[in-house]
Amino acid sequence: MLLDALTLQLGYNATLVAVGATLLGISAGVTGTFLFLRKRALVSDAISHATLPGVGLAFIVMVLLGGDGRSLPGLMLGSALSAWVGLLAVQWLTERTRLAEDAAIGSVLSVFFGFGIVLLTVIQNMSSGRQAGLEGFLLGSTAGMLFSEAAIIAAGGALSLALVLLLRRPMTMVAFDPGFSASAGIDLRRIDLAMMGLVLAVTVVGLKIVGLILIVALLIIPPVTARFWTNRTDGVVALSGLIGGVSGYVGAAISASAPALPTGPIIVLVAFALFALSLLGSPQRGVLAAWTRHRAFQRRVHLRQGLLALASGQPIYEKLTLRLLQRADLVRPDGVATEAGQARAEKALLDETRWDVLRRSASLEGTAAFYDGLTRIEDVVTPDQLDEIDAAIAAGAEASS
Amino acid sequence: MSPVELVAEDGMIAPGAAPGALDIRGLTVSYGERPAVFSVDASFAEGAMTAIVGPNGAGKSTLLKAVLGIVKPLSGAVSVFGKPFAATRSRVAYVPQRASVDWDFPTRVIDVVLMGLYRELGLLSRLRASDKARAEKCLERVGMSDFAGRQIGQLSGGQQQRVFLARALAQGADLYLLDEPFAGVDAATEKAIIDVLKSLKAQGKTVIAVHHDLSTVAEYFDEIFMINVRKMAHGPVREAFTAESLQNTYGGRLAATQIDQLTLSAG
Repeated sequence: MLLDALTLQLGYNATLVAVGATLLGISAGVTGTFLFLRKRALVSDAISHATLPGVGLAFIVMVLLGGDGRSLPGLMLGSALSAWVGLLAVQWLTERTRLAEDAAIGSVLSVFFGFGIVLLTVIQNMSSGRQAGLEGFLLGSTAGMLFSEAAIIAAGGALSLALVLLLRRPMTMVAFDPGFSASAGIDLRRIDLAMMGLVLAVTVVGLKIVGLILIVALLIIPPVTARFWTNRTDGVVALSGLIGGVSGYVGAAISASAPALPTGPIIVLVAFALFALSLLGSPQRGVLAAWTRHRAFQRRVHLRQGLLALASGQPIYEKLTLRLLQRADLVRPDGVATEAGQARAEKALLDETRWDVLRRSASLEGTAAFYDGLTRIEDVVTPDQLDEIDAAIAAGAEASS
Repeated sequence: MSPVELVAEDGMIAPGAAPGALDIRGLTVSYGERPAVFSVDASFAEGAMTAIVGPNGAGKSTLLKAVLGIVKPLSGAVSVFGKPFAATRSRVAYVPQRASVDWDFPTRVIDVVLMGLYRELGLLSRLRASDKARAEKCLERVGMSDFAGRQIGQLSGGQQQRVFLARALAQGADLYLLDEPFAGVDAATEKAIIDVLKSLKAQGKTVIAVHHDLSTVAEYFDEIFMINVRKMAHGPVREAFTAESLQNTYGGRLAATQIDQLTLSAG
């Protein structure tokens, strides 16, 4: 069944939804990357919640004008307008009052959402509103999606994607270094508004499929996931689009493969699964890799400290240190150093003496900054310099004897 | 102090006054209702190398940001090579404070330097081989050629500062504004940076740097601009870097013995 869904064999509606969700995922992933890099991910939450009053008002207006209140283009226009008002409200509160951005987002989000719910309740009680199905915009509803609706979603997604790619250079610069960008003639306000406008477009386009509550997930999870795998902006953009697209496609397929599986939430869960895998498994930034690196480092420190203690004949109390030394056959079970252990300990002591000399040497002063107890002195000085240091040690030993 | 009347309506310097690399007239910048920079007049001559010096919170960075249009002044006018900054932007390079950006940003050293070419590249034009070569040349000038492909988060503080300087070099400007280029860098970087700045001066470029280390002012710079909200002194280091101007600028923050040492080393 799932295989049928993945190969688009489940019929007309499922195919429409899968194509729409894929395009939405790609454009949300790409657009969301710049929001994430600009560290303003939460603004998208305010934008998406601010769409709700617009949906309600657009419905009422369309009914009053004698039309069908459920027309998707009309509802999208209404939601875009009220989201824009919400965005400007966040912007104004942040710039012109003493409210910080998080407080501004919280206020706008809750007030707009509350107002929207009131409107929806009113519509429910209108004679023409019973079958409106507007609550589908909260979590998305793809059952009975029309071709015209899928076409609007596809066109909107493609257009916002094209605009993001057009503006990616200034948006990247502003995200990395706003001050420098402003000095180079980039209008920060305009770029930020353009970026938010694009996020708004993606949000409105995504209302039908994932709904306003979950669209944030499609804007944020893909770039965060992509960041685990690449250190380049272009890489994050491309990978985030890919992750968004795959999530949309697979999520839509899974929800089509069984009855009563909601599309939007499943898409979000697929995206989350990719995120969880990346969080654990990324070789550079993943949790497992960080844990392994930390363990390896801890072992190096313990081993080094143990060897230095052996060299100076001090007892070793730390259990981990002892265990590591024993496992490396440097110490016998009774705590006495083996031959190899003795040799390694002497080498460790010699290295410390060499660092001492290096620190006092005028010509090698700069190199002393590399000392951290673990760095091998052979890695930071040339063989000739090492010979000089050893000569100085020998001379010092002669002088004191 | 030149009177404010010298400024024509559009921010141009009135005829009669020969324009310098940077002319500031009656500049006041305020955060909320507390001026960070108050009524500053100054003219920085072409080819000079000037240190902007003053205590913390004295408005040093704010002055640069106002000149660059990053913060909006409450009053006053700025002109660069005799024209409003917006018209001469391409002749100005800027090195912001290193700590002002997130170094975990997903980008490589060479990409940061290429940002210096933004004004030439604009939105869409593709990067040509010559653009990359220019960026690489700038990295070479700051001794960072080997790091072009590195992620910027892997750099030390000094290396990050050199990347910022390379980006400014890529801007190919005539006036260089630097905000604390020597803050928290290692000795090798400090030398690399001062060498680049001196070579810029040798090419006739104008350099203005916010500087925090009073003990190296005389060695590195030929002019000093002292500020504590208001302009306190401005002129050749030898003349303006005096015990009196230090006392005025720093108030009780510098002990008399320190001042003696500093002015001695300057003289």
